[in-house]
Amino acid sequence: MQSSALLVALVLAPAVAAGVLALVPRLDGLLATAVGASVAIAELVGAVLLAIGYHPSGAVYQDASTQVLAAPFGLFWRAGVDGISLLLIVLTAIIVPIAILGAPVRHRTRASIAWLLLLEAATVGSFASLDVLLFFLFFELTLVPAYFLIAGWGDQHRGPAAAMKFFVYTLVGSAFLFVGILVVAFLHQSQAGGDLTFSLTALSSTHLGGTTGVLLVLAFTAAFAVKSPLFPLHTWSPDAYAEAPVAGSVVLAALLAKLGTYGIVRFDITLFPHALVTVGPWLFALAIASILYGAVVACGSSDLRRLLAYSSLAQMGFVVLGVVSLNQAGVSGAVLLMFNHGIVTAALFLLVGFLAKRTGSSLVTGVRGIQGAAPVLAAFFTVAMMASIGLPGLNGFVSEFLVLIGFFGAEGWWAVIPTLGVIVAAIYLLWAYQQVFQGELAPKGASISDLDWRERSVLAPLLAIMVLLGVYPKLVLDRILPSVVNLLSHVTVALSTAHPR
Amino acid sequence: MVYAAPWMLACALGGFVVLVAFGRRLGEPRAGWFATAAIGAAFVVAVITWIGLLGHNNRQLTETLFDWVPIGSYQVKVSLLIDPLSVTMCLFVTGVSALIHLYSIAYMHKERDFTKFFVYLNLFVFSMLLLVLADNLLLTFVGWEGVGVCSYWLVAFYFDRDSAASAGKKAFVYNRIGDVGMLVAMFVLFTHLHTLTYVGIATGAPTLTGTQVTLVTIALLFAAAGKSAQIPLFNWLADAMEGPTPVSALIHAATMVTAGVYLLCRMSHLLVLTSSGRATIAVVGAATAFVAATIATAQQDIKKVLAFSTVSQLGFMVLAVGSGAYTAAIFLMVAHAFFKGLLFLGAGSVIHGLDGEQELGRMGGLRTLMAWTFATFVIGWLAIAGVPPLSGFFAKGDVLKGAWSYSKPLWAIGLVAALLTGYYMTRLFVLAFMGDPRFLKAAGGRPALAPPHDSPWVMRLPLVVLAVFAALAGVFGPALDRFLNPVFASTHLAPLSGTSSAALITVDGVVAVAGLAIAWWLWRGRAERPALTPQFLARVWYWDDAYDAVIGRPGQALARTSAEVIDPVVIDGAVLGVAAAARRVARQLRGLQNGYLRSYALLFAVGTALLVAYLLARTF
Repeated sequence: MQSSALLVALVLAPAVAAGVLALVPRLDGLLATAVGASVAIAELVGAVLLAIGYHPSGAVYQDASTQVLAAPFGLFWRAGVDGISLLLIVLTAIIVPIAILGAPVRHRTRASIAWLLLLEAATVGSFASLDVLLFFLFFELTLVPAYFLIAGWGDQHRGPAAAMKFFVYTLVGSAFLFVGILVVAFLHQSQAGGDLTFSLTALSSTHLGGTTGVLLVLAFTAAFAVKSPLFPLHTWSPDAYAEAPVAGSVVLAALLAKLGTYGIVRFDITLFPHALVTVGPWLFALAIASILYGAVVACGSSDLRRLLAYSSLAQMGFVVLGVVSLNQAGVSGAVLLMFNHGIVTAALFLLVGFLAKRTGSSLVTGVRGIQGAAPVLAAFFTVAMMASIGLPGLNGFVSEFLVLIGFFGAEGWWAVIPTLGVIVAAIYLLWAYQQVFQGELAPKGASISDLDWRERSVLAPLLAIMVLLGVYPKLVLDRILPSVVNLLSHVTVALSTAHPR
Repeated sequence: MVYAAPWMLACALGGFVVLVAFGRRLGEPRAGWFATAAIGAAFVVAVITWIGLLGHNNRQLTETLFDWVPIGSYQVKVSLLIDPLSVTMCLFVTGVSALIHLYSIAYMHKERDFTKFFVYLNLFVFSMLLLVLADNLLLTFVGWEGVGVCSYWLVAFYFDRDSAASAGKKAFVYNRIGDVGMLVAMFVLFTHLHTLTYVGIATGAPTLTGTQVTLVTIALLFAAAGKSAQIPLFNWLADAMEGPTPVSALIHAATMVTAGVYLLCRMSHLLVLTSSGRATIAVVGAATAFVAATIATAQQDIKKVLAFSTVSQLGFMVLAVGSGAYTAAIFLMVAHAFFKGLLFLGAGSVIHGLDGEQELGRMGGLRTLMAWTFATFVIGWLAIAGVPPLSGFFAKGDVLKGAWSYSKPLWAIGLVAALLTGYYMTRLFVLAFMGDPRFLKAAGGRPALAPPHDSPWVMRLPLVVLAVFAALAGVFGPALDRFLNPVFASTHLAPLSGTSSAALITVDGVVAVAGLAIAWWLWRGRAERPALTPQFLARVWYWDDAYDAVIGRPGQALARTSAEVIDPVVIDGAVLGVAAAARRVARQLRGLQNGYLRSYALLFAVGTALLVAYLLARTF
C-alpha cells in the first residue's frame, strides 16, 4: 500500500468501523469491544508503519494526498503529515485502544465504542488535514462523539449538564474559527486571485499582519484556547473531565486538548507569523496564568479528576509557552510535551478510574492508606505522578525543560515565573498521593483489591513509554525537530519580508 | 581501567532492575545480600577506576554513552566526566553505601517491605553515582532528582505513619524549591554559553557578564541549599529522620545531602568570577553551621541531634566553598561521611536495641550493655567533635583555615559552631551511654524496656570499618589535597605562615576539647536541664512556624478559595455570563432552544456523515 493511501485509511477506517457498529445491532457487548479494540489496534499498527516510513529529512509534508470534494465550496481533501502531526496521530492511535480496553462501559457498549472510533477518525483527520476547511470539519466533528460520550455514559445526574457546557463552549469558540477561516480565504483570493482555496500551503504565502492579522490570530486562537483549554476559557474542563466516563476523560484530556495546541502550532504559526509575534506577550501572559492558576486551584481540589483537569490546564500553559517562544527548543519541547502529556494524563485518568471503581468515588477523602493493600496500584500511580511532576528520567521532564529553556531564550528572566509552577505541581500531586495511599489504613480500605491483569496490561505500555522517552527522547525529537525547523524558517522568512498590509 | 566507570552505574542499576523484577521471589534476606553485592561490586569498580586515573597524566577524561536530549541543534549527551573529584566522590559513596547496605540486612530484618527497601537503596546509589559522574549539568540534574525521589520514598517508608508521609513530602518539596535555582542556572548558562558541560562552562564562564555570573551563582547556591539543607531551606532534614536509620545514615548524612556542596565545587571556575556570589555562599554556610549547631544542643531525639549536626557540618562545607577552600570542603565531606555515617549507624544500633526508643531522656548506661556500639561511637563522637588526631580535627581545621584566610568574622562564627559541636555531641554521648540506664523503669507513659544486647555482626562490621576510617582519614588530607587541587579554580587564598597555621590548629583543638569538657561537666548525671534546652532552640528558632504562618496557611487558604469560589463562581460565572447574554441575543434571532441541543448535535453528526458519504461516493 502506498503510504498516502495508508494515511487516508487511517482517517477513514475508524469512521467506517464506527458506521458498521452503528448499523449492526448484533455486534453488542463483548463483541463490540472486541471489534473496537481490533480496529483501534490495527490503527495503531498503521500509525506505527506510517511513522517508520517517515523520513525526517525528507519533504515537509509527506504521504500527501489531494482530492476535490466539492469544488464550488473550495472544499478539498488535502492530507499529509510532518513530524509534528505524525507524532500526534501516533498518540491518538496509542490512546484509543487503551481507552477501549482499559475503561469498558457496562451498558450500550456498541454505541460507546462507535462514538470512540468516530472520535478517533475525526482526531486523526484533524491532525492529517493540510486544508484549513477540512481541518475545521474534522475539528468540529470531534465535538459530536465527545458530547455523546459525556452525556450518555458519564455521571447520571451531572453528565448531561457537563456535556452541554462543553458543547456550547467549544461551539462558540469554533464560530470565531469559522469566520476567521473564511476571512483568511477570501483575503487570500482577493490578493492572489484564482479560485477560492483553503489549502494551508497556498494560504501561508499571504502574510496577514497589522490589525487584520491580529484579529484573525485572535479568532483562531479563541477556538484553540477553548479546546486546550487555556485560562480563562477552561471552566468547562473540570466539569467535563470529572463527569465523563473514564474513557471519555482519557480521550478528552489526552487527545482533544491537543487539537487546540496543535491548532496554534500548525495554523497560527503558519498563517499569521507577524500577528503571532504581536500578540505573543498576551499569549505568554495567558500561558503563565494557566500554569500558576491551574496549579493553585489543583492544590485546593479534593476530587482527583478535577485536580487532574487543573493540572492539565497548567500543562497546556507550558505547551503554549513553548510554542509562542518560536525557537527550536521551545517549539520542539511543546510538541513533545503534547505527546507526553497525552501519555501521562491518560495513565492518571485511568488510574483514578480504577481507584474510583474500587472506592466508589474519586474524592481524595474516599479512602486512605491503601498503599499496603494495593501496592501495584500505588506503584503505577507513583510512576505516572512522577512523570507528571517532571522527574528526570521520565518523559515529562524533557519536554518541560525544553519549553522552559526555550522560553528563557525568548523572554529571559520572565522564565523564572513559570518555573515556579514546577514546585506547585509537586505539592498537589504528592498531597493527593498522601491522602489516598499513605497514612493509617481506613477500615474501608482493607478490602481494596490491587490492579488485576487487564488493568496492569493496559497501563504497562503507557508506563513503558514514560521511561523510554525519559531515557531516550531523541527517538521522537529527531523526528519532530526538522519539522520545527521548517515552521520556524517560515516565520523567519515571513518576518524578514516587508511588513504586510 | 578508567573507562570502567560506566560499570559502576551498571552495577547499581542492574541491582535495582533485578530486584524490581525478582525481588519478591528472592525474599528476605537474599534480596538484601544481592543488593549489597551489587553495591560492593560498584565499589570495586570505583577502586579500579581510581587506580586507572592515577596512571593517567591527563586526569580529565570524558566517556560518552549516547546522545540524550537535543536542545535545538545542541546535543546534551549521557556522558561521564572522570576526574579526581568525581572519582573521590564515587569511592566514598560506593564504599559507605556498601557498608550501610550490609548493615541494613540486619536492621531491616522482618520489616514489611524488606525487598522494596533495597530496591530504593540500589536506585539511590545509581542516582548518586550519576549525579557525581555526569559531565554536564542536565545529567547531574537527573541524578540530583533521582536521589531526591529515593529520599522521598525512603523517608516515607513507613507510609502508614502520617508523620512519615508528610516528612517525605516535605523533603521532596523543599528540594523542588531548590531545583528552581538549578533550572534557572541551566537556562542562563545554556542561553549565553550554548553548552551545559562542566568543561564548557569552565572555559566559557569568563565571557559572561559579572551580573550573570553572580545570578547563576546565587541560583546554584539556592539549589545547593535545598539539597544540602542550608538556610533558608534547611528545615526538611530533621523531619527526614522519620525514615529508617540506615537511610538517615546513607542519604541524609553521608551522601545525598553533600550533593549541593559537590555541585558548588564543580562550578568553582564560575564561582571564582564573582566575589559577591562567593561571599553570599560563605555567609550562608557560616550562618547555617552556627544556627544548626545551636538547635542541635536542645534536641531530645537522638536522630534529631544528629540531623542538625549534619546541617551544621554541611554549613562548614559550604563555608569552605565560599572561602575558596574547595579541597577542604571535599575533605570534610569525606571525613563526615565516615564519622556521621558511623554515628547514625551507632544510633541505629541503640534504637534497634531499645525497641525503637529515640528519646535521649530514656537512654543512658549503654556503655556496658552495648560494648561494640559504645566503642565505635566513642570514635565517631571524638572525630566529629574535632579532637586531635581524629579525622574531624584535620578536616574541620582545614575548613577553618580557609575561612580565616577569607574572612575573620566568618572564621569566628565557624569557631563558635565548632565549640557547639563538641558540646552537643558530648551531651548526646553522655545522655545515651553514660550514667544509669533510664529505660529500665517505666516513665512518662512509656513502658520499661529490657536491657539491650549488642547488634549482630552484620551491623557491627560496618561500625568497625567506619570507625577505623573516621579515626584515620585525617592522615590522607594532604594527599587528597594534592589529588584534587588541579580540578578546582585557583582562588588565590593568601597562604598561611607556619606559625599562624600552627596557632589556628591549636585554637581548633582547644575549642573542641573545651566544648567537650563543658558538656561533660554540665550533663554528667543529669538527664534534663530545661534552662539549656529552651523552646526557641528546641523548636528550631520557630523556623517551621514562621514558614507555616507566612506561606503555608495563606497558600492553603488561597488554594481552597480558588477551587471553591474563584474558579466555579467568579471565572466560570464571568464566561458564562457573556455566553448567556449572547445566547439571549441568539434566541431572539433564531428561536434556538438549547434544550434540544442533543438533537442538534445528532443532526450535525448525521448531516456531516451524509455529506462525507456523498462526497466520497462522488470522488473515489
